[in-house]
Amino acid sequence: MRRSLLFAFVVVLSLAAGRQASQFSVPLSNDQKIGHALNRLTFGPRPDDFTQVQKLGLKKWIDIQLHPDHIAENPVLQTKLAPFDTLRMTPLELAWRYPPPQLIKDMVAGKVPYPKDPETRMMIDRAAQRLKNKQGKDDEKPTLENAGLADDQQRALRRGTPQEKLKVFDDLLDEQKDEVLEAMPQGARIGLFSVAPPDLRRRIQKVGGPQFVITQDLMEAKLLRAIYSNRQLEEVLTDFWYNHFNVFLDKGADRYLVGSYERDDIRPHVLGKFHDLLLATAESPAMLFYLDNVESVDPVAAALSQGPRRAGQPAKSRKGLNENYARELMELHTLGVDGGYTQRDVTEVARCFTGWSIKAPREGAGFIFREKLHDNGPKIVLGHRIPPGGGIQDGLKVLDILAHHPSTARFISRKLAMRFVADEPPPSLIAKMARTFREKDGDLRAVMQNMLASPEFWSQGAYRAKLKSPLEMVASSVRALGADVDFSFALSQQLVQLGQPLYRKQEPTGYTNAGQDWMNSASLLARMNFAIALAGNRIPGVKVDAARFGDAPDTDQIAVALMLTGLSDDARAAIQAGLDAQADPENSKPKRPAAQQVPKPLVIAGLMLGSPDFQRR
Amino acid sequence: MPTRRIFLRNAGLAMVGVGSAPVWLQRALYASNAPTARKKILVAIFQRGAADGLNVVVPHGEQRYYAMRPTIAVPRPSSADPQNSAIDLDGFFGLHPALAPLKPLYAAQHLAIVHAAGSPDPTRSHFDAQDYMESGTPGRKATDDGWLNRALPPVEGQPSPVRAVAMGAVLPRAMRGRNNAVAIENLNNFQVRNDSASKVFQAMYAGSSDKSLNGTGRETFDAVKLLQSIEKQPYQPAAEYPNGAFGQSLRQIARLIKSDVGVEVAFADIGGWDHHVNEVGPRASEGQLAQRLGELGGSLSAFWKDLGDRMADVTVVTMSEFGRTARENGNRGTDHGHANVMFVMGGDVRGGKVYGQWPGLADHQLYEGRDLALTTDFRDVLGELVITHLGNRDLREVFPGYSVDRQKFRGLISAM
Repeated sequence: MRRSLLFAFVVVLSLAAGRQASQFSVPLSNDQKIGHALNRLTFGPRPDDFTQVQKLGLKKWIDIQLHPDHIAENPVLQTKLAPFDTLRMTPLELAWRYPPPQLIKDMVAGKVPYPKDPETRMMIDRAAQRLKNKQGKDDEKPTLENAGLADDQQRALRRGTPQEKLKVFDDLLDEQKDEVLEAMPQGARIGLFSVAPPDLRRRIQKVGGPQFVITQDLMEAKLLRAIYSNRQLEEVLTDFWYNHFNVFLDKGADRYLVGSYERDDIRPHVLGKFHDLLLATAESPAMLFYLDNVESVDPVAAALSQGPRRAGQPAKSRKGLNENYARELMELHTLGVDGGYTQRDVTEVARCFTGWSIKAPREGAGFIFREKLHDNGPKIVLGHRIPPGGGIQDGLKVLDILAHHPSTARFISRKLAMRFVADEPPPSLIAKMARTFREKDGDLRAVMQNMLASPEFWSQGAYRAKLKSPLEMVASSVRALGADVDFSFALSQQLVQLGQPLYRKQEPTGYTNAGQDWMNSASLLARMNFAIALAGNRIPGVKVDAARFGDAPDTDQIAVALMLTGLSDDARAAIQAGLDAQADPENSKPKRPAAQQVPKPLVIAGLMLGSPDFQRR
Repeated sequence: MPTRRIFLRNAGLAMVGVGSAPVWLQRALYASNAPTARKKILVAIFQRGAADGLNVVVPHGEQRYYAMRPTIAVPRPSSADPQNSAIDLDGFFGLHPALAPLKPLYAAQHLAIVHAAGSPDPTRSHFDAQDYMESGTPGRKATDDGWLNRALPPVEGQPSPVRAVAMGAVLPRAMRGRNNAVAIENLNNFQVRNDSASKVFQAMYAGSSDKSLNGTGRETFDAVKLLQSIEKQPYQPAAEYPNGAFGQSLRQIARLIKSDVGVEVAFADIGGWDHHVNEVGPRASEGQLAQRLGELGGSLSAFWKDLGDRMADVTVVTMSEFGRTARENGNRGTDHGHANVMFVMGGDVRGGKVYGQWPGLADHQLYEGRDLALTTDFRDVLGELVITHLGNRDLREVFPGYSVDRQKFRGLISAM
């Protein structure tokens, strides 16, 4: 009995698998093609995208997306990014303008000069005060009582509406503002933030502390670019490759390095040569720090360069080999875990990268090869002899071997196909992409072109086969609604609820590229709650306008506007039943004032964004 | 003559079928739908990142341990400085001092330890090793479900929608599979915050032809309905949990267990164990490892106190994907190794003992000359819990490809 059941189960499974595989040879209709391309190569279609692509021609549009340098950036995005000065700074500039605790202490102690800019000085003073308070040295946190405010002003700042808070703020003297901000309860400050103009928002952020400004800017920029950039494919790829070469923002110094890492080491190479991308990440301070290579040195060389260890010398100065980067370089960045390396290769690769390090912060915290700490003995990596005395050439040779290894070509191709085509991409497609990877010397644009020219990409097997990741869900919802994002702080908080906090994947694996992995009860409920909150204009910083759907739209028109496809009968009936129930005076609770009610098209839109259909792309 | 239990089950079933069973009846039904009055519960804890087992349960009687870890070893038990030395268990092993909250449980014989345990697969990849440990099939990647899902005993009738719960925003590999399993990030938030929208969503997912979304949607709304009643009451735990995500996870699991909603297996994880650099601070009670262990030990001990008598039905087991190198590395840390240590805690656990065969730390005794060798397969530990505690005897289903040999069970659970 059991056996026959099992047999039946296996037959059903293999039938299902067979059907799936054959779906990759069934082409899309012309109507499906544009929607499919927009869902895969962008963070979701915006209101006019479909007609734009239709006008331009699909082929031409794809070609333009593959050449982001030729695309004029959206001026709206540029305006929105302008206030975030940290995005344009080097790590050294960042450290001076938004100093870490140690530097603040040094500034206060007079060991290093204070910055001249008054607003920066103010922020540093506040941060220094907070550091002191934390250590219990004294308690001088400003209070609203001491800030010279009238009683009604104090009341408004504590418990008033955000608008009332803003009103109080407009009446304050400029030099009062920072102290008052500091004195406000955090919740009240966030309320004020949600209605504040950009310059006041900046001030509020600075009260949160220098590191808070840096991480906030990164997340704001990532979401704003995903939502507004005209170079959508570049954004999708930057997200893909950052995640491939993942670095965890909250690991110490990485807060100061991640911005430059993404901007200077990842983004310029996403359609370039894989070898260049790999080298850029290998030499990046962010990666060297995250995977501990900065600590990995030849133990003998380290002892020699340090001189004999004195009795009582702190153990912290002991140095030696660290395998962390070497292992992840092969497992996660290049060959893949089954790519054919051994523990012995891990140790040998680690030896090759000894001395790959970071300059002192005051010298700019850039890459440096410390010859004296390098293990200059002979090594064997994946069967290749690496002769003694190679210095920095050892690591460069390893990167060269790895970038051109057939396992790397397969591993990278499969991962790209997982992101762009299906959780289980067809082997035929992976083989084609891997061949292009090898023949074109790891040219990532050529690999993408090859994938986008394949019948598998344009097949029913790929069509709506991918569940959206939380980032894709959030960005595509905002884009579909044509919402205006004034600031994205609250949106980035939503991503925490959905399980994908930006830049905060602690493990070097990065987030999964398999859509199915995101499907579970907690995430589904969070998606539904996000959908109704967004469409109901309850996400601070994001404005949704029912006018986006035209005059008196019906349910199907809204569906097509949001998803480029109509609704299933079931979904339409469910929505209608919900609307009827709401309209029934017997059922409904006391109505809210008309001004606070969500307009009907947006009620419907919220239900659609949380629907099964919208969870796929 | 039908017993009350069977009556409830049948009456409840009919009503659950049309979605109108009152919540109290559903709860009575789920709580009673078992051969015994209350179901046994297994809670699995995953320490992600490969915890350093040799510094967690310290072989302080092993001279080699101190030779191989000149700067990061936990000092031998010392009454002069108990805060910074191992807490002796049996004259050879000792707990890391940050695990002090667990010592009373060990002394009361409710906590057992299995040393040199783990997965026999040689991989030192975090991802693969976690995947193997969660699928329960080391070396086999094609397994598409998890051991904890397969460990659920077969049920007659309607299973509780929350018989398998994982804490967090993502459903872990160990929980995936054909039995219902829900991920819960926060019990107080486990609902659609708008009643009419909730009904529409429920209908849309129930009617969807998208198999995966349809299935997850049903599971979700069944669980939401069941949990609505307990969400309304504030929870007053009988113990104080440490701050941090892991303490919150165990607190919520305890709340679910005490609410009698039919939980049978639960899963929580605690990350941050990958200590390649500065694993230990200036003293043993300081630094990254001590911090993580403080949270782990404090949470487990709070869970024990919070559940009180209910611990009679509950077994907690911990695991981590592999251990770390026996020798410290060049940065006062440790690199990826092999065997590790597992804790088993519960009312029917035969605790107060370190189980397993100690393989030794001499060069020839180490795995590949560098790591603690493995003497207990993690499936022998979990297998015993699945059979003896959960009462699921079909171990070939739970750990396919592994030949179950009761001789290899360590005798962790006292027979009823």
